[in-house]
Order: sequence, then structure tokens, then C-alpha cells
Amino acid sequence: MKFALAGNPNCGKTTLFNSLTGATAHVGNWPGVTVDKKEGTYKKLEEPIHIIDLPGINWLSPYTPEEVVSRNFIVDEKPDCVINIVDATNLERNLYLTTQLLEIDVPIVIALNMMDSVKKSGDIIDTTKLSVTLGVPVCEISALKNEGIKELMEISYKAAQTKREAKTVLSQSNLKALIEVATDKLKAKNVESPLFHAIKLIEEDSLETSMHQDVLTEIDPIRQNYVKNEFDGDFEGMVADARYKYITLHFSKIIKKAAKNTNETTSDKIDKVLTHKFFSIPIFIVLMFIVFHLVFSEDLFFLNAIFGLEIKNSGWINFFTGMGYDSMLLEGTNSLEGIPSLGVFLQSWMGWLTGSIIDLVSGWFEAGGVLDTWYAGLICDGLLTGIDAIFSFLPQILLLFLFISILEDSGYMARVAFIMDRAFRKFGLSGKAFIPLLMGFGCSVPAMMATKTFEDEKERDMTIRLAPFFSCGAKAPIWAMLATVVVGSFLGDIFVFSIYILGIVVAILSALIIKAFSKQKEVPPFIMELPAYHMPQFKNLLAHLWEKLKHFLYKASTIITAAIIVIWFLSNFKWAFWQGMVDDISESILADLGRVLQYVFYPLGWSWGVDGWKYTVASITGLIAKEDVVATMGQLGLENGTINLSNAQIYAFAAYNLFTLPCFAAVATARSESTKKGFWVTLLWWLLASYVVSMVIFWIGYSFELFWWLGLIIVLAIIGLIVGLGLTIIHKRKMNKEKRVA
Amino acid sequence: MEKLLSEMKPLEEGIVKKIKAEGKIKRRLYDMGVTPGVNIVIKKLAPLGDPVEVTIRGYELTLRKTEAECVEMEVKA
Repeated sequence: MKFALAGNPNCGKTTLFNSLTGATAHVGNWPGVTVDKKEGTYKKLEEPIHIIDLPGINWLSPYTPEEVVSRNFIVDEKPDCVINIVDATNLERNLYLTTQLLEIDVPIVIALNMMDSVKKSGDIIDTTKLSVTLGVPVCEISALKNEGIKELMEISYKAAQTKREAKTVLSQSNLKALIEVATDKLKAKNVESPLFHAIKLIEEDSLETSMHQDVLTEIDPIRQNYVKNEFDGDFEGMVADARYKYITLHFSKIIKKAAKNTNETTSDKIDKVLTHKFFSIPIFIVLMFIVFHLVFSEDLFFLNAIFGLEIKNSGWINFFTGMGYDSMLLEGTNSLEGIPSLGVFLQSWMGWLTGSIIDLVSGWFEAGGVLDTWYAGLICDGLLTGIDAIFSFLPQILLLFLFISILEDSGYMARVAFIMDRAFRKFGLSGKAFIPLLMGFGCSVPAMMATKTFEDEKERDMTIRLAPFFSCGAKAPIWAMLATVVVGSFLGDIFVFSIYILGIVVAILSALIIKAFSKQKEVPPFIMELPAYHMPQFKNLLAHLWEKLKHFLYKASTIITAAIIVIWFLSNFKWAFWQGMVDDISESILADLGRVLQYVFYPLGWSWGVDGWKYTVASITGLIAKEDVVATMGQLGLENGTINLSNAQIYAFAAYNLFTLPCFAAVATARSESTKKGFWVTLLWWLLASYVVSMVIFWIGYSFELFWWLGLIIVLAIIGLIVGLGLTIIHKRKMNKEKRVA
Repeated sequence: MEKLLSEMKPLEEGIVKKIKAEGKIKRRLYDMGVTPGVNIVIKKLAPLGDPVEVTIRGYELTLRKTEAECVEMEVKA
């Protein structure tokens, strides 16, 4: 048997799904869209029940992929029973979806969740009356405390063996006659669930009108009777209004509010602080700082900087060194001053683990005397080393994602969107994009994963596109290395700082340019619920994390590994690859490719001269992991002292690496999280942005280096151009506004 | 007194009279329960002055001022 879980976002659906399916849960994708499909099995009944967790939705309209997926699943695949989870603390709005589900010919059971909170606040909900009014069984549960789950499944199992005829709450409204005619006509066409389709057709739902244009034409004369009311022929409005009128009418009979207490709820109190007029933004900055500190800091809580506490003196480190694990700590962290944060600690542990595996395997090859063979090279230098580069970031990727999940589940993420929306609207984004973009400074992979909850696909694509422009942790070593060779060493820190600023500026410009060129001018609507604050559930967090880990491992074992092998092959063989491996990377195919591609990058300045191909090769190996840019440059003999690029060339090279394709892990994540078309635009944009920005920077810098006055003239000309363009746009807008007013 | 939802101040209360929005915004307003006759209390403005948070049908809803401009209200004295 097959049961589907349907409900609003934030109604506790995930918690219920996890406690029903436990370890059997697995996540796939709905065909053609980037929406998670969660499935699992419930085993505590006579027969195993296949459970499908539909995405959290507020209604069954056809606007988002989540809604289309849920709707098609219930209507076309006909589960044996739909369990509709309803948040009892937010009954009125949750029942809106219920009224739509009732219109499909499928057994429905209502799981009234969070009843414990309702009772605690002193309210009473008459579930018997609710059940009688809606004509379906209602079961009180608390998904959190695992109460009522068994009863719910037993009731659903019973309901699944019956047939339920669709009914609509709209039959009590003046739309009754119209609905009946449309239903009969669809019935005559042998349409399944005719009532559901009839109502959607009356609402002029885009999925229905294309399918049943004939019926729409036939009922048009009757529809004309309705056009002269307060809705001016807006049937969507009439239907939505009728649903809510019905809910309001019966709601008062079902719920008895406790004598109105003027006390604020805990959620209100928390909210007052977190969204305070003056404190909200500082609080947010502090919270974000703590997150980054816990993931990336090598001196936890600045204990060393402030108290001079060193790693050697702290007890818990002695514990590990005592067990012989000192090497793993020495390897990963750059300094041993201070205690590493959880992220850095796990990273060094991971590095130690993968490093040990590489040592072990190369030890085997050495013992067998085959260390110089191509297959030993493939496994040790290619696969394991590549995987080591990616996996050393895995703990920090997961930790960042864990913190995002905590922010999301607690309800704080929605508040940040609320606080920041105003600032983001100008760029065609909403406040929701803020946290993912900020996470980009840590790692693009979790940043892109965090866009999953966006409703608007365009906004999701755009956020993914911009995330790598926020310079991530793996790119930092490149800047650090280049900073040491910038002529005039005092410029080093300014150089690194300006790279980060450049990333933000280009991200903003990208957003503005893409917005200007997109056909759909309107900003995605920002009409959303601010859910009550919840304590995040440990079990749910773990489930989220496990899903992402599995997904990442799958990607790592397929696309990323394939890419690593290709680059390893290119950098270890010459064109006559059957003659064996090369000793020096400069004789490899990759080096030759670099010598050709060097000319492609000529306009960018940094590939000029005899060493030009080396920078090109380093940029290519950076696709495995960005810190490989530094490693490859080292292999090719490019270090402080041997790099003879001018400041303009260095800056252009840095800009190119900041904006070009991120590492394979990020590209793979972008592919799985964006729409198909959006992904190709994104790839193109990354290539374009890196090329153009790098070129512009080089030529401005170069003209300064030639003659200071030439550079000045060019910069002034550009500033003049931008100001002129800006003024024209503002002027045009003003004119348009005046026209509209007139 | 008639006002647009976007013109109401925090703690003011009113009843929705008419929705003038189009397309996606209209659909979303309806589906979030912003329909004629419903009671809305303005809770607060975001620190930057926009969007606005309101209490409607027992839950907290947030919407931008440009979206709130589409909602005509009868404000309670």
C-alpha cells in the first residue's frame, strides 16, 4: 500500500515522516524538477506501507514545481490514502489546503499535529466536530513526542480500504451550480476526479484550461452570471474567498479559545529581540560570526590571542597526543597556537584519515615494487589525492550546512529574510538570498544547497550563480600566496581585502545586469508566513545532514571522480600516452593545452610571456579544488621570487580565478540544485564574468603601469560613463513615473 | 476610515475590503488568507522600514509595502 503525506511547510511533516519511516527513508528527485522526493516504509502494520512525503505546500495551484509535483502525484498516481498533516496551532490556514485535498477522489485522514501545544495554551479543539464537518477521520498526534502515530496509521489503514467520494466545501457557496455543471461535463469526458478538475478549471488554472478548453467554452455562459460582483469576474478570488468563508464559519464552532490571555507567547518575546529595530542587525552579525568562527577558526574563542592559551597546554589535546594522534593535528592546522574550532579540528582529522589511506596504499604499491606504474599513479596521485583535496573540506561543508539547517528549522531564517529584504530587492532578489550568499564566504556547496527552500526558481538560479563570487575558504590560499608577491609588500593585506570586495561588487553588478536582461521584470513576491520559533529537532537535523552527505558522496563518486581522472591523465601523460607517464608536468598534454589556451587568455594579461602557460594550467587544476591552484604553481616552480608578473597581471589573475568555474564539487551542486536552463546560463555567466572582469582590471592596471596619467584618464572616463548611464536611467524612470501619474 | 494596507501603522487594525493585485501576487494573497472580510492587525515594520509583518487568521504574515498597496482596508477606529 502507498500513503502520501501532505501538508503546509512548517507543520511538522518532516518529523512525522522521520518517525514513520526511520532508517528506511531515502531521498530521490521528482522527475524533471529539483524537488526532493522522500520515500520510506512503515512496517508496524499487517503489511508494509510505502510512505511518500510530498513537498510542503500551502495550496494546489500550479505556480511552483512543489505544487505541481504534489498535485500530479495525488491526482494521477492515486495513493491508497493521503495523510494531511494539519498544524493545530494554525488551524485556519492549514485547513485551506485540506479543503482542496477533499476535492480529490482519494481517502483522506487528517493528522492534527501539535495538539499538545494547543492544550498547553488552554485552547480546546473539538476534533469530533471537525471530523464530522469535513467527513474524514481526524487523529490527534504529536509528531515531536511520537504520540498518536500508531493510532494514526491504524485509522489510515482502515480508511485506505474504503472508497471516498470527493466533496467540496464550495457546495455551500453561490458557485455550487457552476461547479455542478462543469463536473458533469468532465464526468461525461471520463475525467478522473472530475470535481477537482472542475473547480480548477473554473479558477482558470493554467494546467486545466489547456486540457479542457472545450468544457471551459461550454460553461462560459454560466460563468457570465458571476462577473458582476465584488470580484469583477475574478474566479480565483471567488473560490479562495469561498473556501476561507467556509473555514471561518465552521472554525468558530470547532475551536474554543482560552480566555484571551494578554501574555505574549515565548515566540513573540524571542521575536521582539531578534527583529528589534536597532538590535536585529547587530545580533545577526554576531550570530553569523559565531557560525563562521566555529567552522573556520584556528584559535577558538581567541583563547590564544587573549590569554595566550596554546594547544600544547590544553588537556583534551594531550588526550589525543597521548593516543598517538598528534600527527593529524600537526598536519591540518597552520598554527598550533590556540585550540582549533570544531570545523578545523574535523578537517585536520579528515586530512589525517585520507593522508593515512594514501600512505597505506602507496606503501602497498611500493612493497610490490610497482609504485612507478601508471595504475599506482592513477590511484595514489590521481584519485586518492584528488579525493583528499575535496574530502578535507567535507567536515566544514557539513558543519556549515548543519548551522543553516538549525537557522532554518528554528524559524530564524525567515526573520533574516524579513530583516534584509529591503536591501536585496533592488537586485532582483529577496531577503531569502542573504544567508546562502553569506555562506558562500565559507563554501559554495552548502550555500547552493541552502537555496532549496526558495519558492521562486529564478531566484534560486540567481543565488546559485552568485554564490561562488563570494570568495570561499579554498580560494583564500590563492590570495594569500599572491599577496606575498604583489610588488610593494605593504599592499598585501589591502590586496586580499580588495579581492573580497571585488567579489561582492561583481555579484551586485551581475544581479543588476541579469535583472535588466530578464524578460520577467517583476521581483518574486515576498508574501510568506513567519513561522513561530521552534527548537530545532536533533533527529531532523541529522536526517537533513545524512541526506546531503549521501548526495555529496554520490556526486563525489561519479562526476567529481571522473573529472579528477581526466585532469590526472592530462597532467601525467604526453600525447603519445602509450609511451608511459611523463616525469615533469611541463611535458604533459595539460602543459600543451596550457600553451594553446594561453593565447585565449592573452587579452587578460596574466598569460603573457614564457610562463604564461603555467598560470593557465594552474587555473585548470583549480577545478579539482581551488587551493590546487597554489599547489600546481608550486609544482611548476612558480613561487615568491620566481613569479614575475606585474601588479596588474597578478590582480587580473586573481580576479580570473575568483569568478571562473568554481571547483567540480560546486559545479555538480549547482547542476543538481538549479533548473536545467538556469544551470547552462550559470556556467556561461561564470566564464563570461571571469574573462571580462579580469580583462578590464588588467587593462586599467596596465595603463597605470605604462603612464600614470593614461590610467587616470581611463578611470575617469569609466566613472563618467557609469555616472552618465545612471543619471539617464534615473531620468527615464522619473519620466515614466510622471507619465503614469499623468 | 479607508486606507491601503501599506499606509497602516503598527498596532492598527482593519478589515480587508478589496484586493486589486494581479497574477502571482493576487493568487498568493488569496492563498495566504488575505480575502475580503478578514481581520488584519499590523504587528511591526522590518528594521529598514519594509516589509511589514501582520497578524492574520491567527498567524504571522509578512509582505512588502508594494504588495500591501494592493489591499484596500477599512481601518477600525
